[in-house]
Amino acid sequence: MRPLLYVLSFLAVFGLGFWAYRENYTTQGALREVAALQDEIAALHESLTIQRAEWAYLNRPDRLRDLAVLNFDRLGLMPMEPHQFGHVTEIAYPPPPSLADGVATMGLGDPVDTSGLLNADPEDGSKP
Amino acid sequence: MIRTPLRPLARILHARATGGSPEKIEKDNLRLRNEALRDRARGRAQLRLLFLCMCFFSAFTLVGARMGMLSASEPMEPRGSATGSTIAAGRADIVDRNGRVLATNMLTHALYVQTKDLIDPARVARELAVIFPELDAAALERRFTDGRSFLWVRKVMSPEQMQAVHNIGDPGLLFGPREMRLYPNGQLAAHVLGGASFGAEGVNSAEVIGTAGIEKALDARLRDPAQAGTPLELSLDLTVQATVEEVLKTGVIQYEAKGGAAILMDVHTGEITALASYPAFDPNDRPNPLVDKTAEPGDSPLFNRAVQGVYELGSTFKIFAVAQAMELGLVNPDTPIDTKSLYVGRKRFSEFDNHNYGPTKTVTQVIELSSNIGTGHIALMIGGERQQNFLKSLGLLEPSPIELIEAPGVRPLVPKKWGDLVTVTASFGHGISSSPMNLAAAYASLANGGIKVTPTLLHRSTEMAGPRIVSPQVAADAVMMLRRVVTDGTASMAKMDEYAIAGKTGTADKPRRDGRGYYDDKVVNTFASVFPAEAPQYVLIVTLDEPVDRTGPEVRRTAGWTAVPVAAEMVRRAAPLLGMRPAVAPQPLDGLTAVKQ
Repeated sequence: MRPLLYVLSFLAVFGLGFWAYRENYTTQGALREVAALQDEIAALHESLTIQRAEWAYLNRPDRLRDLAVLNFDRLGLMPMEPHQFGHVTEIAYPPPPSLADGVATMGLGDPVDTSGLLNADPEDGSKP
Repeated sequence: MIRTPLRPLARILHARATGGSPEKIEKDNLRLRNEALRDRARGRAQLRLLFLCMCFFSAFTLVGARMGMLSASEPMEPRGSATGSTIAAGRADIVDRNGRVLATNMLTHALYVQTKDLIDPARVARELAVIFPELDAAALERRFTDGRSFLWVRKVMSPEQMQAVHNIGDPGLLFGPREMRLYPNGQLAAHVLGGASFGAEGVNSAEVIGTAGIEKALDARLRDPAQAGTPLELSLDLTVQATVEEVLKTGVIQYEAKGGAAILMDVHTGEITALASYPAFDPNDRPNPLVDKTAEPGDSPLFNRAVQGVYELGSTFKIFAVAQAMELGLVNPDTPIDTKSLYVGRKRFSEFDNHNYGPTKTVTQVIELSSNIGTGHIALMIGGERQQNFLKSLGLLEPSPIELIEAPGVRPLVPKKWGDLVTVTASFGHGISSSPMNLAAAYASLANGGIKVTPTLLHRSTEMAGPRIVSPQVAADAVMMLRRVVTDGTASMAKMDEYAIAGKTGTADKPRRDGRGYYDDKVVNTFASVFPAEAPQYVLIVTLDEPVDRTGPEVRRTAGWTAVPVAAEMVRRAAPLLGMRPAVAPQPLDGLTAVKQ
């Protein structure tokens, strides 16, 4: 009985030693990875700041104003002014949709698979 | 424990029999017992001492070992604790109320030289001078070779310049990383932002410190590492600010003014939505202050006319006298006031251009026509002391509490002795100087239903909870009178269909710089306005410095011809951006909608 106990405890010590050795190295590996990730995060943060600054720089009002003037022919952008406001009643009704438009642009002519969709009869409460 | 008897019977009997002394036996036994007791106590005390020694020894060993380990080990960040550790930038960003960037940081590099590592100082100096045109090759070479071992060449540079310096390829040229303050919008809101520069400089980093404006006023907040990740949110609106600056610039140029200022302020929260002063500067490249002592401070673009410009604001003050008189119950809007003549001692007061408005006018008409005599009479009814206290409660006699470093140093100019003469002149804004910012806060207090408004540049969503200055009825009457100024009075150029503006013009002659009276042909024009008149939301102050209108047959210098059209254009352009619906004239109905209705 006793020799068996000795053998078992030795085996346990070996096993634990091996486990601790491996844990040590995986921990060190994880720490290295964390360090690398943090360096990457720092670099990304930095480039994010620069991109944000650049975005703000490119969107500064006087540049946008100049661009609007330069591209007035194409875009026709004007400063916002009160006379651009209107009443809802002034909005024209949309032209009646022609069938050809719908077929061409919205894909209405394509076949649609309706199996598995909601029941067509709303009064019928049962789920399809 | 077994007690040994002190007088054991057997020995006593034996001693008695042999003629010995029983007392001696007792003494012996007593001595033995005491010695045993003493030995035991000593042993225990020694044990305790030993234990205590061990405790101290292990404690000090522990401390010593820890100190040794700390001193021997390499310093490094605890990398294991990887819970979203934010990498804080050196200085917090500044953003507008919608989160658009007004000031941020950028990483760049400084260039320094270790002269003893330089291989060919002459060539390095020559090539550096090519890359940086402001450097002088000969002077640089002299500095490289005059014995110093270290010198700064440039504080910041662009990546292209840095590559060019790399290409020189001299080991003595070294770079230090630098956080640089960047204002991506250029001149926009320059007077609010101020500027920043480097403080203490090291090779690896340099501290960025604010030099003016809000950068300096809130330097501690911006540098606080705990708040470096959260940007400082200002009350400014970038779009509105850009619009106001554009219109102001156009106005200053059109009316040939030396400069101008505009303040747009939310009357409910006291937030400054736009603050402009023209001419402006680029905070990225802040110009040096004027060195010429004789120059007027306003000549420098650094001068913030909205906050630092202490002007006599003229007739814009009249509404305060009238509001106070109404609050005290002395007058109501329809009380007739003498507008014929006003004497204080020997001094006779007259109207602008010696107008004659007839014997009496109602209080509303006094404001509408901007009658100096009428206002003077009202002020005399109030009395100097009460008037002074009222102006003080509106914050017109103290530096503005706004978060700019320039603000606390700007004291309004108030006469020391407040006699009747001062009471009358102060009622129409002469002989008393205040900044446009103070005026904006005072008008906002009237427009806010009579509750005092403290201006702020920080985003604030709660309404002002200040002390009440005038009753809501008086405040409403005052705004109504200001509206009459626009519809029927001196500010008729601000009349438009879309937005109802209420306001008061003010024209003041500029005091001579030598202190002898006033200039004839130099004025400061101010238009203080509130809009929309029916339910005031914003206060707009426009001040033009030495404007002149030459469009008419005669040269005009009154605010109604200069500041008012500028302010009206600002409202027209800015109000839609502030989300205010204009009153739209309905279009004639076409057939379809007519049928529908």
